[in-house]
Amino acid sequence: MQSNSSMRTPLGRVRGLGSAKSGTGHFWLQRLTAVANLILTVIFVFIVVALVGKPYPAAIALLSHPLVAILMLLFILSACIHMRLGMQVIIEDYVHEEGMKILAVMANTFFAIAVGAASVYAVLKLSFGG
Amino acid sequence: MSVAHRVTGTGLYLGTVLIAAWLVAAASGPAAFDTAQWIAGSILGRLVLFLYSFSLMHHMVGGLRHFVWDMGKGYEPQTRMAMAKFTLVISAALTILIWVVVLATR
Ligand code: HEM
Repeated sequence: MQSNSSMRTPLGRVRGLGSAKSGTGHFWLQRLTAVANLILTVIFVFIVVALVGKPYPAAIALLSHPLVAILMLLFILSACIHMRLGMQVIIEDYVHEEGMKILAVMANTFFAIAVGAASVYAVLKLSFGG
Repeated sequence: MSVAHRVTGTGLYLGTVLIAAWLVAAASGPAAFDTAQWIAGSILGRLVLFLYSFSLMHHMVGGLRHFVWDMGKGYEPQTRMAMAKFTLVISAALTILIWVVVLATR
């Protein structure tokens, strides 16, 4: 049987959430998206470099190619999840007043979703011919 | 923990607004796209893009260092210094490579 030497309550141990209330899930998703970003960033840089100096029709043709569009969507998705988690860690490190912290974490989530939604909308509109 | 990783991460975070704006401009039609391209090609635009590309490369290579740390390795002072130098040299080289290709194909 487990002794009572731990500072944590039995319920706290079972839920395993720690002080950030999201536990290792947060840490893991940050690492998962970091690995995805590593690959997708290289692809993203190639796409952007290929677009330099291209006139509008050629640029649109490239961006709306299914493979390019899908990779762009994956990059946007992975980057937005990753940066939201990363910024949340920064907020938790520097903002200690509870109300401000909640507001900042909320604003961070809104920012990530807004940037992601706008980018996804644009890529899909280009792909489906708009 | 690495301050540079945090600074570049924050820069990339803010820069996603520009990527989103550029994609929305492309989706809005030729006029908006030309304006976006003109801004990106201006002196200020290029400066921002240069800093963004360097931040991206530095954060990417610096991320490799975090993977090493996550595996419980590389905490010795000499190793940390070596990895910090590696990050700076490789990310600078990658940034220069990107810009050489950009300026050559423009
Ligand atoms: C290119 C591939 C990328 C890799 C390999 C990567 C890797 C990582 C890793 C491992 C961390 C955690 C650092 C820690 O625990 O202290 C991190 C943090 C972070 N990343 Fe990335 N990342 C990448 C791309 C991006 C992009 C594109 C953005 C923004 C759009 C971004 C924004 C952030 C932010 C804001 C943090 C938090 C920094 C901190 O806590 O100090 N990353 N990144």
